[in-house]
Amino acid sequence: MNILRNLRYTKSHEWVEILEDSKIRTGLTDFAQHALGSLVFVNLPEEGDEVTAGESYADVESVKAVSDVNAPASGVVSAVNEELLDAPEKLNEDPYGSWMIEISEVSDLEELMDADEYEAFCREEE
Amino acid sequence: MQLLFEKSVKGRKSSILPPCDVEQVTLPGSCLREQELRLPELSENDVSRHYSALERRTHGVNNGFYPLGSCTMKYNPRINEAAASMPGYTEIHPLQPEHTVQGCLEVLYLAEKYLGEITGMDAMTFQPAAGAHGELTCIMLFKRYHEARGDQNRTKIIVPDSAHGTNPATAVMAGFKVVNITSGADGCLDLDKLRAAVGEDTAGLMLTNPNTLGIFEKDILEITKIVHDAGGLVFYDGANLNAIMGVIRPGDMGFDCVHLNLHKTFSTPHGGGGPGSGAVGCKSFLAPYLPKPQIVKTAEGYIENYNYPESIGKVKAFNGNFLVTLKALTYIVSLGRKGIPASAANAVLNANYLMKRLSSCYQVVNTGICMHEFVLTMEQEAKEKHVTANDIAKALLDNNIHPPTVYFPLIVPEALMVEPTETESKETLDEAADVFISIYNQAMENPEGIHKKPEKTAVGRPDEVAAARNPVLRYQI
Amino acid sequence: MGNYLSSTAKQRQGMLSEIGLTSMDELYAGAPAHLLIKDSLELPDGKPEMAVREEMQKRADMNKIFPVIFRGAGAYRHYIPAIVDTVVSKETFLTSYTPYQAEIAQGILQSIFEYQTMICELTGMDVSNASVYDGATAAAEAAAMCRDRKRGKTLVSAAAHPDVIETIRTYCWAMDCEMELVPVKNGKTDLFALNEMLDDKTAGVYLAQPNYFGLIEDAKKAGEIIHQKGAKFIMGVNPLAMAVLKTPGECRADIAVGEGQPLGMHLGFGGPYLGFMATVGDMTRKLPGRIVGETKDAAGNRAYVLTLQAREQHIRREKASSNICSNQALCAMTAAVYMAVMGPEGMQEAAGQSMSKAHYLAARLTEIGYTRIHEGEFFHEFVTSSRVPAGRLMKHLEMNGILGGLPLEDGILWCATEMNRKEDIDRLIELIREVEI
Repeated sequence: MNILRNLRYTKSHEWVEILEDSKIRTGLTDFAQHALGSLVFVNLPEEGDEVTAGESYADVESVKAVSDVNAPASGVVSAVNEELLDAPEKLNEDPYGSWMIEISEVSDLEELMDADEYEAFCREEE
Repeated sequence: MQLLFEKSVKGRKSSILPPCDVEQVTLPGSCLREQELRLPELSENDVSRHYSALERRTHGVNNGFYPLGSCTMKYNPRINEAAASMPGYTEIHPLQPEHTVQGCLEVLYLAEKYLGEITGMDAMTFQPAAGAHGELTCIMLFKRYHEARGDQNRTKIIVPDSAHGTNPATAVMAGFKVVNITSGADGCLDLDKLRAAVGEDTAGLMLTNPNTLGIFEKDILEITKIVHDAGGLVFYDGANLNAIMGVIRPGDMGFDCVHLNLHKTFSTPHGGGGPGSGAVGCKSFLAPYLPKPQIVKTAEGYIENYNYPESIGKVKAFNGNFLVTLKALTYIVSLGRKGIPASAANAVLNANYLMKRLSSCYQVVNTGICMHEFVLTMEQEAKEKHVTANDIAKALLDNNIHPPTVYFPLIVPEALMVEPTETESKETLDEAADVFISIYNQAMENPEGIHKKPEKTAVGRPDEVAAARNPVLRYQI
Repeated sequence: MGNYLSSTAKQRQGMLSEIGLTSMDELYAGAPAHLLIKDSLELPDGKPEMAVREEMQKRADMNKIFPVIFRGAGAYRHYIPAIVDTVVSKETFLTSYTPYQAEIAQGILQSIFEYQTMICELTGMDVSNASVYDGATAAAEAAAMCRDRKRGKTLVSAAAHPDVIETIRTYCWAMDCEMELVPVKNGKTDLFALNEMLDDKTAGVYLAQPNYFGLIEDAKKAGEIIHQKGAKFIMGVNPLAMAVLKTPGECRADIAVGEGQPLGMHLGFGGPYLGFMATVGDMTRKLPGRIVGETKDAAGNRAYVLTLQAREQHIRREKASSNICSNQALCAMTAAVYMAVMGPEGMQEAAGQSMSKAHYLAARLTEIGYTRIHEGEFFHEFVTSSRVPAGRLMKHLEMNGILGGLPLEDGILWCATEMNRKEDIDRLIELIREVEI
């Protein structure tokens, strides 16, 4: 189970990279992609969409299931990783290198765990 | 095996139509198709052999045991097919004058009468073409009912988490929001949760009884009362009617509207995925909202009455899947008063017998008597030995037994839902049980072996991930 | 009594005791006793097969089979090659279920894949689904496909089939979405009015080709107008006509739908029929219903499988865009067998002859004063005025074994197919002349 030290983590297995003061990047963790299985499609929002902390902003499809991906903060979608639309497998192959969206005008940033806390959290879940 | 397109040879054709006996007309170029029509060019012999080969690569009820839970794969009587092939039905244009289609109208009238009797409903429509279509029609009736009452607040439909996926999808297609309520451990509705969920915004509840675990909701009268007291209506998902048809009536249980799967309970064939028929029945207070037309018997004969100003309109062109309705009527005429409940009781008997046999090694979710189906779980085996419900299903394929439904209902992990139906003999059940048990024992001894299954089928496990990631949805000529 | 139970009474007793019960009634002990039906159902007694056949035949005999039909309006009598019924009556195809277990369902899956390819070829589109209930529901589902967060309104040509209009209207009402009718001018969709009606709330526009009155619309121009205003173009087509007319692909439609009944299905008093749906590239994932895709198994064999299932209700539940579960599999196979045995030339022949016979019919009707009320090109249907009350005319034709055109408010909608022989048409004219006398 891969966990990067410079990132922060949510309880629903999203990673968060703080880019600037009120701008973050987010994606799925290694734990998440492993639990979801081979991903075949990603439904992403559009630039300019508003997102709400704790609520779904995208979903990922495997062959037999669909899972929501939750926003770690409220704000506005300032960038979308469109590569994932054609190559959703990148989320499996390189979860931390495959960011899903960037959120700007960040508010209500959820409580995030650091790498150690997340590792402990994952161990408990298993 | 090749596709029709790959067998095509330029210039090959059959001789079907006589030469044109009037002057050939053509249209201005601007109207005409320019791109080539690239359909396969084959002889009739090619076509005949091709589909015979495809038939050998398909498994029907005629090939072997088909215990697909929730689908009621009972034997499809051939007299149904004979009736539906009579030219007096197949050659009838849907827009012929009424006095020339009295036979067809009588079929619809009697189907309504008999199915109304079986379900305890006052009026029916046969316009919906499939189960999901019937569900949608029912929920549309609810919508119209509340509209007519001037009640704009009824925005929610309650759906148990054990429900088939079509239920919540239907509610959304009818403009409602879904309120999911979690079931108890036995898969039954939790009355307290239901009481907490109903309110002034409740348009209705969608419920299957027996539920998707094959258990009869014994509190059903209390359930329907709770919803009615809150001002909502109750919809009966008829997918599991085979357990109780002729024994218990949905109308007596407090349901306001039911949908039926004629292709499940009433023996019309599944056709590889359709056509089915999702007949809908309702109590008289909802009848004015049914799709148009309704068949009425008058002194002069049967008529198609379109005079229903409050109708929801139409959910399909013409009269629904008429020939399917005809097959269902033929079945009811065959079985009759005693045959209908006898089928239901035997369906329940067969399920309980098979469940008893399989319980010798499989983990059965149901406790006590089940209805027409039961659920096994491979949860423990999946954790301990990596043998999943999917593996059991794949191993069954090598034994000419169609697997049970897998991974449904969602509330049971690694579920196998088994529904033998009443048309299977004790010998078939015993043979099947032996196969199920043998597969289980082999898998426990050698889990690796089962992952390779199936090995005797036309193809092995297809790569579904690749199919979804890089969809190839047509042949490229 | 009809009996499909395999167990004997003796076997039943044995099974009951194996599960610890003594009577069949005990099987329902878990249900409240007062719910059990006391006296039996008010149904007739069951019957043995021979009696059932007699009864159903008697009812069939109450219907009148017209040897000659000049009525279409959404259901067409075309010649069905003998092999079509042979193939789709095969027990295995008839009695199998949805091909969820791909390994033993390659037959069904491949036949759907072939059907999907044929529909793409016929309509000139990229992707087809495995079919939906009929042409009317296909149109309603297509309307839903076009909606997004900003655009929710559907425009429907008033020259479309009344049942299609009504079905779209019901589905739009259910979704609390607006629907408006685009008016008809001289039998065709008023493109000027269409342009005026299109706004930034319009999601999709439905137009039929040929339309309900048989006329050939300027679909390409309609498409241009629709796209200019940012909406999507749904073209509802007669599949046989597509062998000769400009396809939805050529008209740049976003979605092609239609009623597949002309492709080998009997009239059957209205069903089961076949709804086909096809679209272009990026709208693929919006298609409702089942879709079959090609893949490989572990040994590298080509294999077919239901794919893109995560769109569907059994996975998405309330987030699914449609609740549709089944398709019309056997009807899709019917269409595929028909197209396979007719081939491209046979299809063009059937379409061409239908068109020619209809034009001959129109010319002969004109001779006796039953003139077309519209101008413009038509495929195999057209509307004429009537010189006598339509009811009287139809009655006389009926007595002579002919189902005449469909009486409309302002005329009669006539149809001819390759099955109408010249002598049938000539006889029709004679009979109409007789009514006048």
